[in-house]
Amino acid sequence: MADTNPIKQFEIHELVPFEAFGLNLAFTNSSLFMLLTAAVTIVLFTLAMSSRALVPNRAQSVAEIIYGFVADMLRSTAGADALRFFPFVFTLFIFILVANMLGMFPYFPGPGLHSFTITSHLIVTVALAMLVWLTVIIYGVFKNGPKFLKLFVPSGVPAYILPFVSLIEVISFISRPISHSVRLFANMLAGHILLKVFAGFIVMLGAGLGVGGYVIGIAPFAMTLGLTALEFLVAFLQAYVFAILTCIYLSDALHPGH
Amino acid sequence: MTHAPHSDVAQHAAEAAHDVAEAVFPPFDPTYFASQLFWLAIFFVVLYVALDRFILPKIKTTIEDRRDRIADDLDAAAQAKADAEAAGEAYEKSLAEARTKAHVIAADTRKALDAEIAKETAEVEAELTAKQEASEAAIRKAKDKAFAEVRGIATAATAAAVEALAGVEMSEADAGKTVDGLLKAKEA
Repeated sequence: MADTNPIKQFEIHELVPFEAFGLNLAFTNSSLFMLLTAAVTIVLFTLAMSSRALVPNRAQSVAEIIYGFVADMLRSTAGADALRFFPFVFTLFIFILVANMLGMFPYFPGPGLHSFTITSHLIVTVALAMLVWLTVIIYGVFKNGPKFLKLFVPSGVPAYILPFVSLIEVISFISRPISHSVRLFANMLAGHILLKVFAGFIVMLGAGLGVGGYVIGIAPFAMTLGLTALEFLVAFLQAYVFAILTCIYLSDALHPGH
Repeated sequence: MTHAPHSDVAQHAAEAAHDVAEAVFPPFDPTYFASQLFWLAIFFVVLYVALDRFILPKIKTTIEDRRDRIADDLDAAAQAKADAEAAGEAYEKSLAEARTKAHVIAADTRKALDAEIAKETAEVEAELTAKQEASEAAIRKAKDKAFAEVRGIATAATAAAVEALAGVEMSEADAGKTVDGLLKAKEA
C-alpha cells in the first residue's frame, strides 16, 4: 500500500556518504535536487539561447521574457544602479523557481520514491535569506560607510519619537532574514503537506472502504487537483516574492537615506 | 467485515503518528544541516557563475543586438525616406525650372515670330503699296492718255460735224473748248 504519511516527502536520504571537517556532508536527495535545479536551469537556458536568433523562437522568447521580468523588477524597485546585482537576483529567483517547480513532481525514481522540495527545509531558505541580508549589510557599509546607519534614522521624524522609530527600524532590519526565509519555507511546507494530506485521503478511503471508498475519493481527488494548480501558483509566487524582497532590501544598501 | 478497514485506517494513522513522534520533523532535523548548506553553496555558486559568465551575457547581447538592429533599420528607413523626399523635391524643382524655361522660350519665340511677321507684313504691304501706286499711276497715265485721245477725236469730230452741218470751218481750239464745255456739263 502506498505510504500516506504527508511528512515523508521531506525526508532526507543519504545517497553518497561523505564526511569532512568532522561534519556529515553526505550527498543526499536534497543535494541531488539542488544539482538538478542548477543543471535544469543551465541546460534549458543554454538550449533556449543556442540559436540567438534575431527573431526568437518560443524557448528563446521565454528565456528573454524571464530576463526582462527580473531586470524590470530590479530596476523598478531598486533603481538602475542596482543592476550590478542583477546576476545575483536572477540566480536567486531562477534557483528558487526551478527548485519549487521540481518539487511539484509527486514521484521521483530515487530514494524514498518521492520528489524533494529543497525550499521546504528551513536551513536552505535561511541560508538564502542570510546571503541577501549579509550582502545588504556588507555592500551597504562598503558603499555608504557610516551613512548606511541613516537606514535606521528616517528623515522627517520628530526628535522626541526618533529613538522609538529607530528601535523599530533596527528590529525590523534584524527580523528581515527571519521573515524572508520563513515566508518561503512555510509556504512550500504547508502547501505540500496539504497536497499530500488530501491525496492520502484517496488512498485511505480506498484502503478502508474498497471500491466505494475510491468513489467517495473523487472528492479529495478534485481537491488535490485544485490544490496542485494552486501550488504551481504558490511555487512561482514565492520565488517572485523572495526576489522582489531581495530587490527592496538591496535598494536599502544602495540608497539608505530612503 | 466493516471492522477491519476501520482498524486498518486507524492503525495506519497511528503508525504515521508514531513515525512522526519518533523521528524529528525532517525540515527541523539538524543531522543534514551541514550537508544541505555545503551542497547548496556549491550548486548555488555553480549556477551563479554559469548564469553570470555565460547565459546572462548571451541573453543581454542578443536583446541588445536586436534593439540595435531595429534602431539601425529604423534609421536607414528614415534616411531612405529623407532621400526620397529630397529626390522628389529636386524633381519638382527641375520640373518647375524646365516649365519656366519653356515659358521663356515660348515667349521669346512668339516675340521673334511676331517681329518677323510684322516685318514681313510691313515689307509686303510696302511692296503692295508701291505696286498699287505704280499701277494707279499707270492707270492714271493710261486714262489721261486715253482721255486726251478721246478729246482729240471728239475735237476732230466736233470740227468735222460743225463743218459738215454749218459749213463753217471751226478752229481746233474752238472745237476743243466746246468739247471741254460739253464734258464739264456732262460731269456736272
